[in-house]
Amino acid sequence: MDKQPALQLRGITKQFGKKVLANDDVDLDVYQGEILAILGENGSGKTTLMNMVAGIYFPDKGKIFVDGKETVIRSPKDAFDHRIGMIHQHFKLVDLFSAADNIVLGIKEEKRYNPKETAEKVRQIADRYGFRIDPNKKVYDMSVSEKQTAEIIKVLYRGADILILDEPTAVLTPQEITHLFDVIRRMKEDGKSVIIITHKLNEVMEVSDRVAILRKGRHIATVNTAETTEAELTEMMVGKKINLNINRSDPVNVTPRLEVSGLNLYNKDGIHVLKDISFTANSGEILGIAGIAGSGQRELLESIAGLLPAESGTIFYTGEERVDLRNKNPQEIRQMGVLMSFVPEDRLGMGLVGNMNITDNMMLRTYRKGHFGFLDRKEPRGQATKIVRELEVVTPSLATPVRRLSGGNVQKVLVGREIANNPSVLMTAYPVRGLDINSSYTIYNLMNREKQNGVAVIFVGEDLDVLLALCDRIMVINSGTVTGIVDARMATKEEVGLLMTKSTAREGKEETA
Amino acid sequence: MSRGRNENREPLIHLTKRDDITPVKAWGIRLAAILLGMLFCGLVAFLLIEKLQKNPARIGEFYGDFMKGAFGSERKVWRYLKDVAILLCIALALTPAFRMRFWNIGGEGQTLVGVLGCIGVSFYLGDKVPEWLLLILMLLAALACGALWGLLPAVCKAKWGTNETLFTLMMNYIATYLVAFFLEIWVTNGSGALPQMKHGKLPTVGNEYLLVILIVLALTIGLYIYLNYTKHGYEISVVGESIRTARYIGIDEKRVFLRTMILSGALCGLAGYLIGAGFDLSITTESVGGQGFTAIMVSWLAKFNPIGMILSAGLIQMLNKGAGQITKDFDVPGQLPSVIIGIILFFIIGCEFFINYKIHFRGHSGSKAGKGVTK
Repeated sequence: MDKQPALQLRGITKQFGKKVLANDDVDLDVYQGEILAILGENGSGKTTLMNMVAGIYFPDKGKIFVDGKETVIRSPKDAFDHRIGMIHQHFKLVDLFSAADNIVLGIKEEKRYNPKETAEKVRQIADRYGFRIDPNKKVYDMSVSEKQTAEIIKVLYRGADILILDEPTAVLTPQEITHLFDVIRRMKEDGKSVIIITHKLNEVMEVSDRVAILRKGRHIATVNTAETTEAELTEMMVGKKINLNINRSDPVNVTPRLEVSGLNLYNKDGIHVLKDISFTANSGEILGIAGIAGSGQRELLESIAGLLPAESGTIFYTGEERVDLRNKNPQEIRQMGVLMSFVPEDRLGMGLVGNMNITDNMMLRTYRKGHFGFLDRKEPRGQATKIVRELEVVTPSLATPVRRLSGGNVQKVLVGREIANNPSVLMTAYPVRGLDINSSYTIYNLMNREKQNGVAVIFVGEDLDVLLALCDRIMVINSGTVTGIVDARMATKEEVGLLMTKSTAREGKEETA
Repeated sequence: MSRGRNENREPLIHLTKRDDITPVKAWGIRLAAILLGMLFCGLVAFLLIEKLQKNPARIGEFYGDFMKGAFGSERKVWRYLKDVAILLCIALALTPAFRMRFWNIGGEGQTLVGVLGCIGVSFYLGDKVPEWLLLILMLLAALACGALWGLLPAVCKAKWGTNETLFTLMMNYIATYLVAFFLEIWVTNGSGALPQMKHGKLPTVGNEYLLVILIVLALTIGLYIYLNYTKHGYEISVVGESIRTARYIGIDEKRVFLRTMILSGALCGLAGYLIGAGFDLSITTESVGGQGFTAIMVSWLAKFNPIGMILSAGLIQMLNKGAGQITKDFDVPGQLPSVIIGIILFFIIGCEFFINYKIHFRGHSGSKAGKGVTK
């Protein structure tokens, strides 16, 4: 191999607190002009490792070599001095500034700031790699993909030769992902080293030259992408063989359970977030909702759950009788005899209370049952014990605050509680986000079980492969409008992807914070 | 240049958060902080107190005063316990609001209007109704006044989202001037001081302090149960931790705000009643004397745990008494006690940093206990 190692890590170790060994003796080589994927489940230490390269964290042990020379990186500035740049999962841009302003922000130059010159330089970089960007566009006007572009150019502008992208595809549509990969390949041809942190196998196979697999903070292996398979990578990532198929049973006893029609909703800022949404969720089936992040999925579920008031429309629920749930609060909905469970996107900020233990979190739904003014913790404790046992929640004890649990275990507690109340409608928003493969499949199985029990399951997802494999029907929304409802057994990924971006002239783009 | 020289060295110190400290170690650090604070106090005292410089042997007496102030005689012990009780009562009153993350810093005013309410009733009805009825009316007036003072900021926060910290703070001033206003009306002899009421004194149980101490003790246990074992207490915790979670499960957070602030204010009113009817039987603008603010610290130091507040209130009053004793024994200006209390509290609060974070020095990647590197 005639390529030079651009970056070498030797024996990198990082520990958080006493118990969490985020990285344990990791060795890694990155060559010039290659795309290296760092693959691992959530919590396997991918981001921590790269944060040490980017100067966010400082390693407890180990050495970093850049271009063969031992280097100490203490701050992001040090990283830039060594031509290393990282694009974080959560963008770090100033909303009120233009793309160009954000790109030069923080650079110390002798000359005075010349917006025109900067814009020109930004344009040159964009042309060179095939980015699409308007240097004068304000960040608050940008789509997620445009923001990401601004972040990447920001790093390139500073002359980075080693680029680290943390889960770059999580927020993009299939089409945008294809474009991003084209750009990355062009950077590689230009001699740059690109590191992509990801847990998505298909992307690894598609774009990378080599894959480094991390598991529980340890470097398991680095393999050439061309010489491996998805199954082999999964096995290395998880540590055992895993069946990646989702069982999809036929819908049972299908009757309309939830009928939404003509739903319109404006958010706090007066933006029209849901436009004339109409659909039916049936009992005994899983209805998927696909769309780019921020297309109105959250608002839709929250308005059904009684958390956001809608402007107009109806939300009819058919149980023992047919009732309209629009603009009822959660307490009223429950008093109407509607058993609705909701697993919100923000687990610790909405679904659970992070500082409370598992038992007290169980009680959230049922605490009103206690006698007189007092709480009855006996039943919730029994429920908590049951969920911990059945869903294999890893926790030191029932008294541990849930924020101390890992993402997967937090989600098991939340989903477990919501299912324990025997719902007739189960709404879940991104229920497997941030979960490892095993926990994800536990959640899929739970949703399937509820479906077989005749529950109307609504599943807002982001991974199209999963949506297509798990759901019976998929509703696609874009900018608050339903652009199509397809049969998940027949539809293709491309079809759904097109519906996700097919907007009627993209008027008034919805970028909800 | 200097950059080049340091190129290959890790940072001098870096901090890591620790979640898993054992209670024993945490209390060890707190104890060490108090001792260090005391030591530092000794140094400062040596620099400032002339008598100590002349006769360094009296440093023992200096430290002894911290004990002597609170426990020097039986009477001192009772007075100390009574002062702890009053401070504790106000701290307890603030705690439900704090648990709700409603930063009620208006304990001073809420307590003062409580005193005003009960003295007002005694002033106007003192000789018109039987003593037992008068005591009940005074209590109701104190509770109502405190509750009103707590409710106003809560209503405005619930309705218009006003900032409760500023609002409750400002209410303190209104309370003070309201008292000044009534003193203008009530005091006609030009002395400015309201003579002691002849009616409306709480009955004596054992000695003049015991009843109040017992009432506050009962309140402590009651509030502990209320916060931890009732639906209301649970709702307060949920609202405090996350308003979005509260809405998600159908708790009307505005109702909880109002209800809890009525309780918080009313309990401050109770403290006012204990001051007014229990001891003072009169009122000045200084009747509460800043305890409404000290109580905030009492509640925080105990991490909003009513039982823990017995300790924190006890500690703070002990420092107060000790500092007072020092003033007397060493004949020093009145500001010195504040300096001493400030220093010790600084150490106590500062040590929480070492409980939450671990410090690593260059070249020592091994563990290092926080207390070893204090200040």
